[in-house]
Amino acid sequence: MSNEKQVDSGRRGLLVATCAAGGVVGVATAGALVSTFQPSERAKAAGAPVEVDISDVKPGEMKVVEWRGKPVWILRRTPEMLASVTKNNSLVADPNSDKVYQLDMPAYAKNEFRARAEHKEVLVTVGICSHLGCSPSSRFAEGAQPNLPDDWHGGFLCPCHGSTFDLSARVFKNKPAPANMDIPPYMFLSDNKLVIGKDEKGEA
Amino acid sequence: MGAAFKETKLPADAPAGHKALAWVDDRFPLSKLWNDQWGKYYAPKNFNIWYLFGSLAMLILVLQIVTGIFLTMHYKPDAALAFNSVELTIMRDVPWGWLVRYMHSTGASAFFIVVYLHMTRGLLYGSYRKPRELIWVFGFAIFLCLMAEAFFGYLLPWGQMSYWGAQVIVNLFGAIPVIGPDLSLWIRGDYVVSDATLNRFFAFHVIALPLVLLGLVAAHLIALHEVGSNNPDGIEVKDHIGPDGHPLDAIPSHPYYTTKDLFGVSMFLLIFTAVIFYAPEMGGYFLEYNNFVPANSMQTPAHIAPTWYFTPFYSVLRATTADFMYVLMAAIALYVVFVWFKSRLSFKAKAAVAAIALVLIIGMLPQVLDAKFWGVVLFGSSVVIIGLLPWLDHSPVRSIRYRPNWHMWVYVLFGLSFVALGYLGTQLPTPAYTLISQVCTLLYFSFFLLMPWWSAAGRFKPVPTRVTFHPH
Repeated sequence: MSNEKQVDSGRRGLLVATCAAGGVVGVATAGALVSTFQPSERAKAAGAPVEVDISDVKPGEMKVVEWRGKPVWILRRTPEMLASVTKNNSLVADPNSDKVYQLDMPAYAKNEFRARAEHKEVLVTVGICSHLGCSPSSRFAEGAQPNLPDDWHGGFLCPCHGSTFDLSARVFKNKPAPANMDIPPYMFLSDNKLVIGKDEKGEA
Repeated sequence: MGAAFKETKLPADAPAGHKALAWVDDRFPLSKLWNDQWGKYYAPKNFNIWYLFGSLAMLILVLQIVTGIFLTMHYKPDAALAFNSVELTIMRDVPWGWLVRYMHSTGASAFFIVVYLHMTRGLLYGSYRKPRELIWVFGFAIFLCLMAEAFFGYLLPWGQMSYWGAQVIVNLFGAIPVIGPDLSLWIRGDYVVSDATLNRFFAFHVIALPLVLLGLVAAHLIALHEVGSNNPDGIEVKDHIGPDGHPLDAIPSHPYYTTKDLFGVSMFLLIFTAVIFYAPEMGGYFLEYNNFVPANSMQTPAHIAPTWYFTPFYSVLRATTADFMYVLMAAIALYVVFVWFKSRLSFKAKAAVAAIALVLIIGMLPQVLDAKFWGVVLFGSSVVIIGLLPWLDHSPVRSIRYRPNWHMWVYVLFGLSFVALGYLGTQLPTPAYTLISQVCTLLYFSFFLLMPWWSAAGRFKPVPTRVTFHPH
């Protein structure tokens, strides 16, 4: 005896409805599990703006502060350093920072010095290579040295994959890093005091 | 449904062990499982030294699980405590903790050495060819799983290399257009690699992936014992069945391969323990020196490199620079021309290949997607392409023994470029090294993508009907 054709369409309908309802519950549960991977409220709160006093940073020196767990560099450039930046304009991949950046590029940083006009000697940048997130090392000395081109004017070298950046944290052409380093929103509270992660437009 | 339950009756004076086994066998197929999977599993009698690495991989898996369990008893998956719980508590305070830790860390490298040799065996003797495609695919999935296991595990000591290695690899996902940055944020659970990342990696390393791994190993073995083992001659022993119903050229795994594998195990343990006791860091290859410095999110070490088993693929990633994209575009165009004139694919298939190639070439233009994205794509492809071997090899014979002699040089060239990529991945990038790794990247991919042609070319030697075997 065969029961092939004995399909009760009422029961089949209920079966489909039950499976569909079960599926919805399953997907919703999976969604909850996936959501637990997002940054926790505490991690988000830790992303608050940071105030920095830069009175101790002499020309040619750099200070590193932590913002959102990342190193932010504050470099007070000398006139010679600023001159080297201008020399590099034809050698860097994106001289005016027109590409799309991970942090929205502040309008006041879209120039060769990537700094506010009133304090163009102070570079504020997230010290993270745009390639794979390593923190480049400072190579401020000019001239030929290991892993750097012979006509080096000072800048940064990423130890991971060899990307080089100038003293405006702009990446040189044909390097693994696709873009310049990010500029966080920042503003000066006084001549020697600035806040990172916040500007006239609000917090990042 | 089967027959009604029937208790096996043994004579009253039968040994207690036999009675107990009969009692179990009536309720659970214990003897049947043992005989199917090993005891009466007939394997070709001409296995050579290459056939030791499967059982060795199994041994290391057990070692890793056992030592891992004991390590979790002292390890603290907390960014503030992790480094000290490994370097102080386990390495110095826990009695014999250093031994368990070195067994586990050396075991990781040993696992990859053994698995790479196991895969080389498959490559040389065509063990992935029909009907063993799924054995290879399951094995490839095991390899992926191992890579993930190693990656997650490497973060746990929370040293500088742990930290920055994880940072680089998680940021690989950031190269995916549109969703990338949010995806890497989701994987980390924070704006940088942090306590949240450490905790989830710990969960993956100690429970999620080991469960998947065990399932895959079971699938790998069940598939193997279903179709039967290949052998160095690459011929089917099941074509010649003896009067006892078993292949004439096969022997039961127990006791024959049990004793052979035990010999392999003793040789392996000799080397393994020597490394554990005398060179657990292996000159910075097994345990990198920078990992003895606690993780610091403010400073990248001057030279970061992944552990040695990832470096061949990592070199492919580094080789993909903006200039190299033009070489790749030319290579893809050439490949399409080659497929068009040299393959017996249908017109439709050829058109599809050309269309995909066109999309790729457009995507590779610097104005569309940057080299960073393609670096990640190539990095992923260099791993995944290994899984496609069963469908790329068109050689009429399986084993290298009966292939044209020049095929050996193709394998040698492939092996050299793989090793060169691996070496370069451990070194700081220089222009010359980048150029060499670009050449090796092209050779690596050519080996696979041109395989349908070169593997079928040349004069093949006559294949014997029975296995080559010289009794000692």
